[in-house]
Amino acid sequence: MCGIAGILNKNTNKNVSVDRLKSMADAIRHRGPDDEGYYVDDYVGLAHVRLSIIDIENGRQPISNSDDTVWLIFNGEIFNYLELRNELLSQGYQFKTKTDTEVIVKLYERDGLGFVEHLNGQFAIALWDTVKKKLVLVRDRVGILPLFYKVENGSVFFASEIKAILKAMKSSPAMDMAGFNQTFYGWSPLPPNTVFEDVKQLLPGQMMVVDKNGMQLKRYWDWSYPESDQYIDSSEDEIADTVEQLLIDATKLRLRSDVPVGAYLSGGLDSSAIVAMIQKYGNVKLRTFSIGFKDKGVDETRYQNLLIEHLDSSHSSLTCHNEDIALNFRNTIYHAETPLVRTAPTPMYLLSGLVQKNKYKVVLTGEGADEVFGGYDIFKESKIRRFWSKNSHSVFRSLLLKRLYPYLDFTKHSSVSYLKHFFGSNFDKSEEPYFGHMTRWDTTSKCQDFLSEDIKRIGTNEYIEMLNQQLPKNINKWHVFNQMQYVEARGLMSGYLLSSQGDRMLMAHSIEGRFPFLDHNLIEYVNRIHPNQKMKVLNEKYILKKAVANLLPSVIRARKKQPYRAPDIPAFDNLIGKEMIASYMSGDAIKKNGYFEEKKVEMLVNKAHKGKAVGFKDNMGFVSILSTQIWHDLFVNK
Amino acid sequence: MEDKIRAYVLENFLFTDDQNALVDSESFLEKGIIDSTGILEIIGFIEAEFNVTVEDDDMVPENLDSVNNIVAFLSKK
Repeated sequence: MCGIAGILNKNTNKNVSVDRLKSMADAIRHRGPDDEGYYVDDYVGLAHVRLSIIDIENGRQPISNSDDTVWLIFNGEIFNYLELRNELLSQGYQFKTKTDTEVIVKLYERDGLGFVEHLNGQFAIALWDTVKKKLVLVRDRVGILPLFYKVENGSVFFASEIKAILKAMKSSPAMDMAGFNQTFYGWSPLPPNTVFEDVKQLLPGQMMVVDKNGMQLKRYWDWSYPESDQYIDSSEDEIADTVEQLLIDATKLRLRSDVPVGAYLSGGLDSSAIVAMIQKYGNVKLRTFSIGFKDKGVDETRYQNLLIEHLDSSHSSLTCHNEDIALNFRNTIYHAETPLVRTAPTPMYLLSGLVQKNKYKVVLTGEGADEVFGGYDIFKESKIRRFWSKNSHSVFRSLLLKRLYPYLDFTKHSSVSYLKHFFGSNFDKSEEPYFGHMTRWDTTSKCQDFLSEDIKRIGTNEYIEMLNQQLPKNINKWHVFNQMQYVEARGLMSGYLLSSQGDRMLMAHSIEGRFPFLDHNLIEYVNRIHPNQKMKVLNEKYILKKAVANLLPSVIRARKKQPYRAPDIPAFDNLIGKEMIASYMSGDAIKKNGYFEEKKVEMLVNKAHKGKAVGFKDNMGFVSILSTQIWHDLFVNK
Repeated sequence: MEDKIRAYVLENFLFTDDQNALVDSESFLEKGIIDSTGILEIIGFIEAEFNVTVEDDDMVPENLDSVNNIVAFLSKK
């Protein structure tokens, strides 16, 4: 990956300031420590910081076409670039470099805005056509890579990270209340919102064109599922074989690199499958990285070790202690650029640091499998809840939830009333695409109890209203399981997992992540598989398990899904954590920023100090408050 | 007894010492005060503070879902 930044100047009496561009680039140097490049004319300034992975010698950007009328900067990789390059060569196009970047330029020359349809990759692209005076910004299909923009006085500022845009601004940033409130509901703002006022982001699969006609935004790709009976009509074995082949292709493509490629290994099914595929089909030395936790409640080391031995991998790992999270939390917020409801990104920050220390620049990871194949507990929970909603008085139906969440099993008897209240609400919304997500959102929204009265008065959430406007028109014709997959992929996956836990934490240590499960050819095929083959009764990712059966030990395949978690409040129960609490969560600090109710924060902190803050609301509330205070200090105070 | 229970709920779930923030007859569930882990906290508090055992059969809203309900439950114990 790399970093891009740029300015489309409304005032064309003078060139874009190179110093201004450089300050934007400096802010995202961590994304591209190997090289930098700039392009400036009367209208546009483009800046690029490079993490050199393909064509190390000649791949500096910006890259132009042969007569310098088209200029391009991009962050990401086009994995099918070799095939596209060969096709273009056979059509008479000539190349100066061996880069994937130049392939995009030639595709634009050939196909205009249709160039993006041919790209298999992860990308944030900025293209400037000097003849048509057209700026094109494009974000990849699923939101692996970020692209933010701000329009000020008619000029357009854009960048891979918001901190670069802020460098170009004269005014101080402020919190965007809609984005802020949405974070304490859906875990992240719904695009185009961000938590920064007036700073927007492209949606995944979206293109922006700015020319003499103004600014147009267009979706060129979205998650899509069959209506009624239009599923793949093949045997289960045939489907599993196709899934396996597509995953092999996706993995092999993502091993293309002029530098060594490693992989993350969590010990779960998804990363294990990717690592096993690298070992069997990739022509590379297997190199894996993982993180363990001192807190045994969230540790997966045992399974990681099993895989390492099974696959004979050269492996590095580090153990995350609670104080490591406290120590690195501020840096986490700096790179995530947003308040968080969990500390989970911090161990990922540490893990990318381990990769960097071992002089690797690229890792493959298993992100995306749960969204594509329906692996999360929330999918099971939703299935049970919908089943229950058909007969809401049924005790038996409600008890199925205890199979899913052992912590609920605190009584031999049902406590049906409690189950009903926490999980059996919103049955009147059981036909809505977001029905399955409401439990999670309701729990998260408890964080808002800590908001100050002023913020509660200003703040608007409108998460569901905004989501409804963005849903595909025919979503109600899809199977409810697919509807839920859509909401998950567009919400938590792109807004939080791929960004705050993904790209931002990887790039903090100049590491490029690659995601075979998010190959769009794989996605488009799997989307057409019937949900019953993704979740067979309550056996999640059934067809994926079948597809990779011959690659993995049975104990990995049979493993109960363990969601990735990191300690929240306990992570700050140490000297460093206590200093942070004293600094950021003191009465004065809370009052000064005005986001939260001083007394409520004080009582939450007291509860935490006594070791009694164990609930979801306590932990999410605590992390939300601390991260917001740090965010304010990093971005607003500065 | 009511005062102790009310104080506990105010301090640990509403994070306030404003006595007006909770009416003794108010349902914790309806008011959204407790989440699915909150039940475990309340039971832990009751057992520790009042030296009783909350049996499986006791874990119903009728016994635990408001200050008044808890007082009535404890009175029977």
